Amino acid sequence: MAGQFRMSTRSVADLKVGEKAVIKSFSDQWMSLKLLEMGCLPGAEISLHCKAPLGDPICLNVSGYCLSMRKSEASTILVE
Amino acid sequence: MKSKPVIALVGNPNSGKSSLFNQLTGLRQKVGNFPGVTVDKKSGLTSLPEQAGTAGLEAVVVDLPGVYSIYPKSLDEQIVTDILANPAHSDYPDVAVVVVDASNLSRNLLLFSQIVDLGVPVVLALNMLDVARQQLQEVNAVRLSMQLGVPVVKINARMGEGLDLLKQAVRNLLETPAHAESLFFDPARELNGLITDVRNQYRLENNYVALQYLIQHDGFSFLNQQQRVGLDALIEKHRFNEQDFQARETIERYRRIGKVVKEVVTDKRPLGQSTWSQRIDRVLLHPFWGYALFATVLLLIFQAIFAWAQPFMDAIDSGVAWLNGTLQERLPEGPLTSLLTDGVLAGIGGVIVFIPQIAFLFMLVSLLEESGYMSRVMVLMDRIMRQFGLNGRSVVPLISGVACAVPAIMATRSIGSWRERLITILVTPLMSCSARLPIYTILIALVVPARTVLGVFNLQGLVMMGLYLLGLTAALVAAYVFKKIVRARERSVFVMELPTYKWPRWTNVGLTVWDSVKSFVLEAGRVILAISVILWVLASYGPGQSMEEAETRIRQSYRDLPSDQLENRVAAGRLEASYAGRFGKVIEPVIKPLGYDWKIGIALISSFAAREVFVGTMATIYSIGSADDENTNTVKEKLRNEVNPETGGPMFTPALAFSLLIFYVFAMMCMSTIAIVYRETRGWKWPAIQLAYMSVLAYVSAFLVYQLLK
Repeated sequence: MAGQFRMSTRSVADLKVGEKAVIKSFSDQWMSLKLLEMGCLPGAEISLHCKAPLGDPICLNVSGYCLSMRKSEASTILVE
Repeated sequence: MKSKPVIALVGNPNSGKSSLFNQLTGLRQKVGNFPGVTVDKKSGLTSLPEQAGTAGLEAVVVDLPGVYSIYPKSLDEQIVTDILANPAHSDYPDVAVVVVDASNLSRNLLLFSQIVDLGVPVVLALNMLDVARQQLQEVNAVRLSMQLGVPVVKINARMGEGLDLLKQAVRNLLETPAHAESLFFDPARELNGLITDVRNQYRLENNYVALQYLIQHDGFSFLNQQQRVGLDALIEKHRFNEQDFQARETIERYRRIGKVVKEVVTDKRPLGQSTWSQRIDRVLLHPFWGYALFATVLLLIFQAIFAWAQPFMDAIDSGVAWLNGTLQERLPEGPLTSLLTDGVLAGIGGVIVFIPQIAFLFMLVSLLEESGYMSRVMVLMDRIMRQFGLNGRSVVPLISGVACAVPAIMATRSIGSWRERLITILVTPLMSCSARLPIYTILIALVVPARTVLGVFNLQGLVMMGLYLLGLTAALVAAYVFKKIVRARERSVFVMELPTYKWPRWTNVGLTVWDSVKSFVLEAGRVILAISVILWVLASYGPGQSMEEAETRIRQSYRDLPSDQLENRVAAGRLEASYAGRFGKVIEPVIKPLGYDWKIGIALISSFAAREVFVGTMATIYSIGSADDENTNTVKEKLRNEVNPETGGPMFTPALAFSLLIFYVFAMMCMSTIAIVYRETRGWKWPAIQLAYMSVLAYVSAFLVYQLLK
């Protein structure tokens, strides 16, 4: 069951460059407060624009601007 | 009642707030501190237009740190909430101008709506409409004003357009302060009982301020312990969940903002098409080109600090030397003249000679920040920095540390996590600052031959670069060690907006350079000057008649020497008998294993004031004519001729010179740095730890180098 559950939860960290997704929820409340303020809202579209040379941090397009964050932070944003 | 009305500039980072501040105040600005905290406060004066019968008036403009919301993420950001939620604060504004980036309206309006809800009279300055237009977004300012119920003024902060209208709007609001009728987000709707309790108990008018008391009371500097406990009790009583509520507040605000934005913005952006800023990112964050470009930029910075600044520094150097010589010739000989020339003027010269380097460094760093490239550098470096317990944001302090550790340590305030900030502070002084440069230059010139190796490289230049790399390596290793020791107080975060690329505004760059040079001269300058004078006193006077006795003794034993050589001997003998000389003798046993004698000991001690004092002290100690003590060749010659009394060979052997070089790469020889670390970490614990670890590192390394090369 647990494995199945994890299979169905994709996060922003799993996106490929150029891929779009819609934000569903957050897995970390403390982190979500900051992300919400930066415009990462449930229902908003988010896309992966590029990655830093070592694959981390990543740069995202959300609410019409470019936001960078670490992969670990992006993995708290769950997408549909 | 304040004598002048206070206008606060509030806004997101990258919203053009600083440009607007510069436009409003020009050169009438100063950098100070907010009362009670060490956050830099930029304020300035601006004149407001006259109005219906009343004369024009001056207002104080305060530039608050850029924030995304009134919930602070770092030390810098705390001050914004501290002021705006506390009408008793001396910087509480009569009017807040909220600067809003029109190309990113909804995120900018989040902060705006919070400021309005705190009950501050607000003018909205709608900036960057040109950027919005480039992105095919049109913002209707009139509708925005109607929707929000506050005055909206279109401005272009970079070009200085719309300032008159903005000032007029501020003036109107000062005459007839208007408050919004209802809150954008009223916490009492859900928390009526709790909010009422807080308002009654703390005598607050405003529901949203009451909510801030509940959520942020641990951070508010204006609340005392008893008040905090009282709020905790209320939270307990009403079973209030702060984080949960804060998340709901943000979502609710965005929901309402979304409606407003829909009414006022026409967005014709084609979906999925990348902007030119994003296309540049693909190159600048490219696995290969990204690092290659960053390396080039670093090289350019080094080139500027070491090569381009040199002619200016030489000019200042010879200017000071000339003035010194002239004064010594013209003024009657005596202790006053000596104090003025060898003490005060030498001290001032030691300060202003670094102005070109500091100016170049800050110009380049400010260019990188203005253009938007600095954020990309942070993204580029974060992964690497994290391995060492640092943060992508640590790059700026580390680069700035090449000029001077003092502003570099001040620049760490933008790092939100205390642990990463502390580690950055602790290792930044290992970056070789410009004050070590004179020491490196003279010692390398002394023992490394000016030979070309591998066809193109100058051996001396390579050694110099090696010393810088050694400093950088030491900084990273030290950071790694501290990462294992220092415990985290909060989680490390690296959520950061990447601003669109912009052409830098030269006025902004110029003002940044002006500010940093001014604070360097005034703050570091005072210390260096004071120490120079103290050193002069210690080196010019000795206990009782000891100096005179030494002089008589030397004049008798070296009677046959030519007069200039005799004078040098006399000066050296007097110095040995002075307080400084005695001090050097006392510490000699400690530094003997490193190969140093008491003369170098004096220079070591005095260089604690500022490392660059070292060369000057060596010059004095090795009894070089004071009129041309800026002349490196002479200093070099004298050092080269210095004889080791024990071996009879030259004093400055490669072993000694390298031992000294390594010592200065690692040693924390700088009082200003200790002072700033004390100020930034609020206590003596960390500066003491820093001084201890760097001193041990310096001593042990210098010892090994000397013993191995001897």
